[in-house]
Amino acid sequence: MKTVLKLEDITMQFGGVVAVNNLSMHVDEGEIVSLIGPNGAGKTTVFNVITGVYEATNGRVSFEENPMLENFPKGKMKTLYAGENAGVYTATMVKTPDKITEMGIARTFQNIRLFKSMTVLENVVTAMHLRRKSNFFTATFMLDRAERKKFVEKAEALLKEVDLFDLKDELATSLPYGKQRRLEIARALATEPKLLLLDEPAAGMNPQETEDLTKFIHSIRDKFGLTIFLIEHHMNLVMDISDRIYVIDFGKQIAEGTPAEIQDNQKVIDAYLGVADNE
Amino acid sequence: MEKTNKKSLVYALAAILCLLLAVSLLENLNLWITVPKWLKPTSMLFTVLKKGAVYSLIAVSLNLLNGFTGLFSLGHAGFMLLGAYTYAIFCTPIDVKTSVFYKYGGSSVNFSFVEMYEKLFGENMLSVSLGVITAMILAGLVAALVAFLIGLPVLRLKSDYLAIATLGFAEIVRALFQWEAPFWGKITNGANMIKGFPKFSDFNIKGANGQVVYYMSTLVPFLFAGACIAIMVLIIRSTHGRAFKAIRDDEIAAEAMGINLAKHKMLSFCTSAFFAGIGGVMYAMYTTTVQAKPFTSALTYEILLIVVIGGIGSVSGSCLASFLFIACSEWWLRFLDKETVIGSFRVPLLRDGFRMVVFSVVIMIIVLFFRRGIMGDKELPDVMRNLGKKISQKKLKAKEGATDENGTEA
Amino acid sequence: MEFFASLLVSGVSLGGQYALIAIGYTMVYGILRLINFAHGDVFMVSGMIMVYMSTVLPWYVAIPLSVIVTVILGGTIERVAYKPLRSAPRMSVMISAIGVSYLLQNLMTYITAGQPQYYPNNRIPFLSKTVNIFGTPTQWAKLITPVIVVALVVALTYLINRTKVGMAMRAVSKDFETSQLMGIKINSVISTTFIIGSTLAAVGSILYFSNYSVIVPTSGALPGLRAFVAAVVGGIGSIPGAVVGAFVVGICESLIRGTDLATFADAFTFALLIIILVVKPTGLFGEKTTDKV
Repeated sequence: MKTVLKLEDITMQFGGVVAVNNLSMHVDEGEIVSLIGPNGAGKTTVFNVITGVYEATNGRVSFEENPMLENFPKGKMKTLYAGENAGVYTATMVKTPDKITEMGIARTFQNIRLFKSMTVLENVVTAMHLRRKSNFFTATFMLDRAERKKFVEKAEALLKEVDLFDLKDELATSLPYGKQRRLEIARALATEPKLLLLDEPAAGMNPQETEDLTKFIHSIRDKFGLTIFLIEHHMNLVMDISDRIYVIDFGKQIAEGTPAEIQDNQKVIDAYLGVADNE
Repeated sequence: MEKTNKKSLVYALAAILCLLLAVSLLENLNLWITVPKWLKPTSMLFTVLKKGAVYSLIAVSLNLLNGFTGLFSLGHAGFMLLGAYTYAIFCTPIDVKTSVFYKYGGSSVNFSFVEMYEKLFGENMLSVSLGVITAMILAGLVAALVAFLIGLPVLRLKSDYLAIATLGFAEIVRALFQWEAPFWGKITNGANMIKGFPKFSDFNIKGANGQVVYYMSTLVPFLFAGACIAIMVLIIRSTHGRAFKAIRDDEIAAEAMGINLAKHKMLSFCTSAFFAGIGGVMYAMYTTTVQAKPFTSALTYEILLIVVIGGIGSVSGSCLASFLFIACSEWWLRFLDKETVIGSFRVPLLRDGFRMVVFSVVIMIIVLFFRRGIMGDKELPDVMRNLGKKISQKKLKAKEGATDENGTEA
Repeated sequence: MEFFASLLVSGVSLGGQYALIAIGYTMVYGILRLINFAHGDVFMVSGMIMVYMSTVLPWYVAIPLSVIVTVILGGTIERVAYKPLRSAPRMSVMISAIGVSYLLQNLMTYITAGQPQYYPNNRIPFLSKTVNIFGTPTQWAKLITPVIVVALVVALTYLINRTKVGMAMRAVSKDFETSQLMGIKINSVISTTFIIGSTLAAVGSILYFSNYSVIVPTSGALPGLRAFVAAVVGGIGSIPGAVVGAFVVGICESLIRGTDLATFADAFTFALLIIILVVKPTGLFGEKTTDKV
């Protein structure tokens, strides 16, 4: 089985604060993997490193078995660096988030970030911009009519998939919370990803909606041949959906395994379940 | 969606054609019938229409950047200046230049597009038009090129830092075009003005005796501005325009959806500068002279305020606001500047400068209390369609009410 | 050499005057994240007030009174033009500031009927008297400017670091919302900021215009922008930064004005701005902030 995403010794340090410390993990093709941990453990930071929003201080990220991002401490960081494995990596490979999306990694956000002036349909069509064949001139002078039509049809199909087709001409921000989350997923799918990163997709959902979400994530995985990596606090969802789970605390990995293994792991119970309220 | 698009395109084209026809008719009415004073070619009405058209183009080009891409730039006067100077340098006839550039012993640019075409097609309207259009495109390209160079460093800056950096850029350009060094003065005429290039009134068609047989001087700015604004509308409606809006709405989300921020910001910045350059050309044609002095940050502020009044993110709003702004400041509010005596009562406060005070108070009221401006982020056709819907709904309701009453009666 | 020395003296005094304006910019930016475009015009209006007041009042009454009126003006602008927009996007507030600047300039054009006004130098004898420095006659105003600036900055630093209102200011500039939740009266802190800024602008205006004597409605625009550049160079939000930046800008400007490239004095200032913004956007003394995703 192919490894879609691989993190090796990732350390993310802001000034003197080590947010993620020497983290290594992998996600295989077709898997659904969850990343859990108490608040402030550095989960979203991991996502931001993978998607190129932050530049890791040390370590390497590979996508589909090719190195995608790599960095090592330099400049001021050389003396400030408090992580491990300094000196193992010597290359610098930086990519902007849009390049990474183009390679086939799409994401959603913890605090929903839809394009607020646009309708539901426009939100999805905008995400297809990177797959366009037209250039600035052909697009301006409407020589890309076939492509426009194709994009709209594809977006409509995607909206049907997430059950938002009837609302396609509504303003995205006028949708209820749960539907906005689904729209964000539809928008991410429009970029034609191979790997989908979901940042707390069930945040703010009630138990019924959460249950629906489990089915929904399974169905899009099968339908679009996706690999899914998600951050979540709803333990029911995580245990139901995940093939494997990584647990981090204070930026460090404390456990890895199947849902059953994680449930019995004493370290996890100490660090997380024992402290946070059991959801 | 595709069908309604085509339909709205046809409507829009028809509306623009009607507008142009109306302007041309209005302007030439005095040739055929005796007209009231306000329709004479020298009337304030036509000044307002010309200047309004020029400002519409400039305001829409600023709106493209500030309103649609969310890049708060205050360098517009600089790009206008570049356009105006490019035009003046490349369209002033050579013999006129020798007298205008007397301080520097003539110009080092011994070339004029108009004369180049005149050699090919003879001295007629075609040569002038071609010359002006070529110079306009060149002016736009110069502005866009400079925008590209300045954009490389400054577009990485965040909102207000970008505003102040572009403002600084415009001031640098203005200083450069007031430089009196001999070699440079041979190109720009130092701090002195350049004049003698084709202006709007040169497009009037004249008879054999020099009498005007058909007025074009108001139609021409409408044509140029209309064409440029139409192209900008097409850009806004294209997939790139949608990407600009995505950047405005949420930069981080836009980037995560695969939109290259640097590239698209640059695209928007250069496009805006291109049309600001052309706007500068038209500004020069309107004022008939070019000098660096008026291209201050105050000019940028004025255009920014027009955009705000019209609604940030509305093309039709910017156009409407331009005409309103110019009409108020040049025409309708003129009476505020004149001391007026009614009977034996001298109206207080009215004297020179009061107009601008009232005007700025009105602007402040709009900025503070009607922040969405005239149009918000809607366009004229949408507003009219909604209005139409509302009216038909009301009619429907009235009808229903009527049948209900009938029903109870029966 | 003498020429150079005299340029340096005027550069230092110019820098001091810019510093007084720049502090107003930097404090407002630190708290509201707003480039107060109207600040330069408040500076100009303050000069105009002095012109009109000194025709009827002796200088020892006119000076404090003009400072008070300027402070009232600054406070009013904040209350009327910025306070209603507190929850609006930053762009709206900036546009409002530009609108106020436009209004003040037009209002002054109306009041002065477009005529340039002459600053009452002869009525403030102690500022316009000249002394010989390095063999060149120099106005007292130029000499006392740096002294006044240093004294005011020391007082201001004390205020910010040692007093309760200063602590509140620092808290608000660090985190607007949290400090509000902690019971800091945000509006009074902001008003205080504007009062301090306007006071310094009024003092700066007296020192500046007694050097230049002619004052027109657009007189505030360029000094205002230069002072803003100074604030950015020093690192916006930092008071010592603004002062250092102002001296850099003032001295550079004065030196360039003494050469053939005098036309480029302002261009240089803005080039400095762009270079600083690109190379070190946080300025010499600014703090780095990271955006949260």
